[in-house]
Amino acid sequence: MSAVAKEPLLAVKGVKTYYGNIIALKGVDVNVNEGEIVTLIGANGAGKSTLMMTIFGQPRAREGQITFQGQDITKMPPHEIARLRIAQSPEGRRIFPRMTVLENLQMGASLDNLKYFDEDAEKMFTLFPRLKERLHQRGGTLSGGEQQMLAIARALMARPKLLMLDEPSLGLAPLIVKQIFEAIRNLNKTQGLTVFLVEQNAFHALKLAHRGYVMVNGVVTMSGSGRELLENPEVRAAYLEGGAH
Amino acid sequence: MTSNTTKKAGPDLGKAFKDAILAGIIAFALLGPLIGLKTDQNMDNQLVLVNNMPVALIFVALVMVGRFLLAAFIYPAIAAKGAKSKAAVSLAELEAKAKRTKRLSLGGLVFLFVYPMLILALFGVQGSIKWVDNFGVQILIYVMLGWGLNIVIGLAGLLDLGYVAFYAVGAYSYALLAINFHLSFWVLLPLAGILASFWGMILGFPVLRLRGDYLAIVTLAFGEIIRLVLINWKDFSGGSAGISSIPKVSLFGLYSFDMGATNNFAKAFHLAASSAYYKVFLYYLILLLALLTAFVTTRLRKLPIGRAWEALREDEVACRSLGINTTNTKLTAFAIGAMFGGFAGSFFAARQGFVSPESFVFMESAVIVAIVVLGGMGSMIGVALAAVAMIGGTELLRELSFLKAVFGDDFNPDQFRMLLFGLAMVVIMVWKPRGFISARQPTAFLFEKKTISGDLVKEGHG
Repeated sequence: MSAVAKEPLLAVKGVKTYYGNIIALKGVDVNVNEGEIVTLIGANGAGKSTLMMTIFGQPRAREGQITFQGQDITKMPPHEIARLRIAQSPEGRRIFPRMTVLENLQMGASLDNLKYFDEDAEKMFTLFPRLKERLHQRGGTLSGGEQQMLAIARALMARPKLLMLDEPSLGLAPLIVKQIFEAIRNLNKTQGLTVFLVEQNAFHALKLAHRGYVMVNGVVTMSGSGRELLENPEVRAAYLEGGAH
Repeated sequence: MTSNTTKKAGPDLGKAFKDAILAGIIAFALLGPLIGLKTDQNMDNQLVLVNNMPVALIFVALVMVGRFLLAAFIYPAIAAKGAKSKAAVSLAELEAKAKRTKRLSLGGLVFLFVYPMLILALFGVQGSIKWVDNFGVQILIYVMLGWGLNIVIGLAGLLDLGYVAFYAVGAYSYALLAINFHLSFWVLLPLAGILASFWGMILGFPVLRLRGDYLAIVTLAFGEIIRLVLINWKDFSGGSAGISSIPKVSLFGLYSFDMGATNNFAKAFHLAASSAYYKVFLYYLILLLALLTAFVTTRLRKLPIGRAWEALREDEVACRSLGINTTNTKLTAFAIGAMFGGFAGSFFAARQGFVSPESFVFMESAVIVAIVVLGGMGSMIGVALAAVAMIGGTELLRELSFLKAVFGDDFNPDQFRMLLFGLAMVVIMVWKPRGFISARQPTAFLFEKKTISGDLVKEGHG
């Protein structure tokens, strides 16, 4: 990198995204620095997933700029963005249901053509031992939690520099959510993995993240460290009261 | 069904027998009056009752036998299958299954290679033609087409209703180039494949963004366009009269790569007296072409491109987020699928000696799609079985004259051929809604080389 340390790994500047004529993101600025866990929280329909998808090039941002490691990726097709080692676990998990767990993991490693497969798969099995038990089972027959683990593991198989997770807690039992968030924290701590986490489960997400952004109606209204946001009365009123277990 | 073990001791014959008797009584009560008694007019225009009981009894017997088989064997088998839980799959189970499939396909392969010999021995040289050509070659062409389309539909999940277009491109490529430039089949076979895959890409480009129903409609239209062009561009393709006297597959020149059955070809060449030898030669030719399709497909499934096809079928969005270029993936699926269609097409032209647009109507595409769906999308053996059932079945149904013994001499079995065939299709789809073989064979197993010591594994890693 040219600029020393200060330049964020991922920078989203003034991004506007439309669905047809309807504006979904009205100029969003988000930065993710190397080694951070950054979360984006907000209500249903705030545009969280849209931002995630826009970063990945589908839909494209109509205005603004997205850079990764200083490189402009605003107009890149999704598969080329993935090649820059941005891995995504999309909303709704989207594992391959008729393929086995092993084959799903292989798909994750397709960027390197399975060069580090055995080594990386072993790492995934330590991270999520359940996957090893289910290795030859079809993805569609896994439980929701296992599918989420598989989705994250599959994304990690690409050896990403930035891992983007879209609502990993969706529809999962609290205990499993805890397990998965614990795994994310671990990866960040031990390997310095940068994580961008989109969540509705604000309490858990803010506790996990170093920094957070709050999105309302396609605009980022607040940002700060995870703790700041957790203690912010507005955030508490909107996203946490009743939500915290 | 507590005592019902799945082993051979299982079937409760007594109960099944009772079941059959009961079904027989009901059938007799219904069919006795319905079929057994027939009203007719005699010479004096009086209404008389004709006794038709034997026919009714035949039906009753059929019902009883059917019911007995169902109760004794089929229901217990279904129950046993359902009882096995689908969730937990052990590696050993998978390996056993893979082994079973392997043995099955090996057995099938051996049978396919001795089949013409067997027929020659059984029916003599002239009598063999029907069995080798109508059944053998005809079915194998559709096996090959099914396998080719299986790449597009079964693996990549792109519903292509215009596959016959590539079959046509292959057939006309061979016909036109062989007649105008006197090139041999062995030169034109790859050329026809390349041309067809080129057309596959041409179809691929405009439909890249389409899926499901929309894709199906555009591909259907594409198939029709090719056919209409062939009909109307008379200078080029001979119009609806077609092209005749297309040269047969010659034995001059470069036929000798890895054809095992060289002697047979030579024999056919010297003994042109009977067309049976040529048919046998064609049989082996299409068998090898079909096997090439199968071999390439099974190989590709284990390579990145094959895995990408299957992933694409499952989830396009997820594919993109894993760095897979879905454009290229789709185009290669169309191109490679079309290539095998082209091979089959040029074989078809060489076999018939005549091509016309009539051979490439939408019905053909529909039959091939039906074969793939009926066989279970993605399953090679399933597709082969479906081709045997669909094509062999329609051919076999020509042999229905024995029904005359039951229904009387004025019964015309040909009229019921397609009806019976349609009925059979419906029954099969009810019985196996996801095709003959719906279980997908995984392409990768981890830890399968347990017996190799650690040091060896380490050395093996690059």
